[in-house]
Amino acid sequence: MNLKIRRAQNKMFEFLFILALSIAMLVLLVLLVQIVIDALPRLSMQFVTSFPSSEPSEAGIYPALIGTLYVIGIMTPIAFFIGTGAAIYLEEFSKKNALNSFIQLNIRTLAGVPSIVYGILGLTIFVRGAEFGASLISGAFTMTLLVLPIIIVAAQEAIRAVPRARREAALALGATKWQTVARAVLPSAVPGILTGMILAVSRAIGETAPLIMIGAFTFVAFLPESLTDSFTVLPIQFFNWIARPQDEYHELAASGILILLLVLISLNITAVWLRNKYQKRI
Amino acid sequence: MMQEQGIEMFKDKRKSIMNWLMPKLLFLCALVSIGTTVGIVWTLFGETVAFFKQVTVFDFITGTQWTPLIDPRSYGVLPLLLGTFQVTLIACLFAFPIGIASAIYLSEYAPNRVRKVVKPILEVLAGIPTIVLGYFALFFVTPQLQKIFDTMGIFNALSAGICVGIMIIPMISSLSEDAMNAVPKKLREGAFALGATRFEVATQIVFPAALSGIIASFVLAFSRAIGETMIVTVSAGATPKIDINPLDSIQTMTAYIVQVITGDAAHGTIEYQTVYAVGMTLFIITFLLNIVALLIARRYREEY
Repeated sequence: MNLKIRRAQNKMFEFLFILALSIAMLVLLVLLVQIVIDALPRLSMQFVTSFPSSEPSEAGIYPALIGTLYVIGIMTPIAFFIGTGAAIYLEEFSKKNALNSFIQLNIRTLAGVPSIVYGILGLTIFVRGAEFGASLISGAFTMTLLVLPIIIVAAQEAIRAVPRARREAALALGATKWQTVARAVLPSAVPGILTGMILAVSRAIGETAPLIMIGAFTFVAFLPESLTDSFTVLPIQFFNWIARPQDEYHELAASGILILLLVLISLNITAVWLRNKYQKRI
Repeated sequence: MMQEQGIEMFKDKRKSIMNWLMPKLLFLCALVSIGTTVGIVWTLFGETVAFFKQVTVFDFITGTQWTPLIDPRSYGVLPLLLGTFQVTLIACLFAFPIGIASAIYLSEYAPNRVRKVVKPILEVLAGIPTIVLGYFALFFVTPQLQKIFDTMGIFNALSAGICVGIMIIPMISSLSEDAMNAVPKKLREGAFALGATRFEVATQIVFPAALSGIIASFVLAFSRAIGETMIVTVSAGATPKIDINPLDSIQTMTAYIVQVITGDAAHGTIEYQTVYAVGMTLFIITFLLNIVALLIARRYREEY
C-alpha cells in the first residue's frame, strides 16, 4: 500500500479510537448531568435527616444512610483482617502445593461469582441457617464474603511488590519469619492494601442485590439499634423509590443517588491518589 | 545501647509463639475462601435437588413457558435464559467495540498525560453502582430511545442491554489494556523500524500478541453481564417470554430471583425453590465462563 494511504488510515483509526473513548466518557458525563438535573428539586439537609415517608416532600434517607454506615462499619474490619490474612498466607507462608494453587484459583473464580448468588448464600446460611434473620449482622457477613476476593487480590499484589531484599535483610538480622513479615514486609504493603480496601468498601456501598436477597428490602421507619435488628441501605431505598410510579419518588431517588455518587467518587479519588503517591516509593 | 535493645527485642519469648501461631491463623483466613465456595455450592444444591424432585431436569431445561407464580404453572427456564442472553448480547455488541478501541488508544496512541486523566475517569465509571445505571436506563435511555422507536415499551431489553454495556466497558478496556501493555516494547520497535504505522503496529503486532488476554477480558465481561441484577430488574421488565424483539419487555434470571424474594413466596414452597434452581443455573454458567477465561488467559499467554 502507498504510504499516503497508510498514513491516512492510521489517522482515521486514531480518530475512531478517540471517538470510542470519548463515547465512554461522554456517557459518564451525561449520566452525572442527568442525575444532578433530576436531583436538584429535592436536595436539602432535611432530605438527609428525615425518615422515608408516604409524603414525598417530607421523605428522606436517614435510616438507609445509617444502615449503610453500620453495614460498612461492621464489614470493613472483618474483611480487612480475613482478606489481608489470606493474602499474607498465600504470598509469604504457603508452599507450592495442590491445596494452595486450588485456593488461588478459587479466589479468582469467586471474584466472578454474581453478587446475587452471594445473596442466596447469605440468605441460606446467615438469615436461615444461623437464624440471624434479616439483620445487620447477616448483611455485613454477606458483604464480607462478597468483597473478600477483591481485598485478597489487591493485598497479594501489594505484598508481592515488596522487594525481596527487605525480607532477606530482616532474616539476616535474625528476625523470625513472622517478624520479617510483620515488620519488614507489611509496612511497605500498607498503601496497596488500603487502596484495595477503599475499592472494596465503595463496591459494598453500591451493592444492592445481595442485601435484597437477605431481606433488607423493607420499609424501615426506625434506626437499627443492635446487630440483630432489621435495616435497609441506600441503594435499596433508591430501588424502592425507583419502583414507584410517581415522579416525585424518582426525584427522591435521584437526590439520594447524587449524594451516594459524591461519596463514591471521593473514595475513588482517594484510592487513585494513594496509589499514585506510593507507587514508586517501594 | 541501640544494639542491646535490638537483641532484647528478638529474644522476646513471644516471638516463637507468634512464629508458630500466625501461619496457622493466616491459613484459616485463606480457608474462608474455600468455605465460601463450598457454601455456595452446598446451599444451591440442597434446594435445587428439592426442586428437581417436583420438576424434571428435562422439563426445566427445554420448557418454553416460565410461569411458576401463576396458574397454570410451568417451569421451563428457556424464556429466562433467552432474556438473559438477549440483554447480554446487546451489552456486548455495545461494549466490546468501545472497550477494545479505548484500550488500543490508551495502550498504543495516548500520550502519558492523557492516560493519567482518562484512566481514573474510567475507574469512576467502573465504580458507578448498578442501581444508578438502572435509574439511568429507565429514566434517560428509554425515554430517549422512545423518540426513535415509537413501539418501545417502558421496560425493554434494549435500554437494559445498553446500560449493562456501559457497566462492562471499563472492565474490557482496562483488562485488554493490561494485556496489550504486557506485549514487550521490542516487538513494537521492530515493527516501527520496518516502517509500520501506529495503526499497523497496533493491529498486526500488539493485537495478535495480546489476543488471549483480550479474549479473556471479553469472556469475563460477558459473564459479568449475565450476572448483573439491578439494571435488568429496574429496566428490562418482569415478563418472561421468548421474544427476540429488543424493544419488548423480557425477564432475566437475576430479575426473576429478585421478583420472588421481594414477593411473598414462603420458605419450603416450590416458588421459593425456583430461586435456587435459577440461581444454580446462573452460578454454573458464570462459573464455567470464568474458568474458560482463566484457561484462555493462561494457556495461550505468549511467553517472550
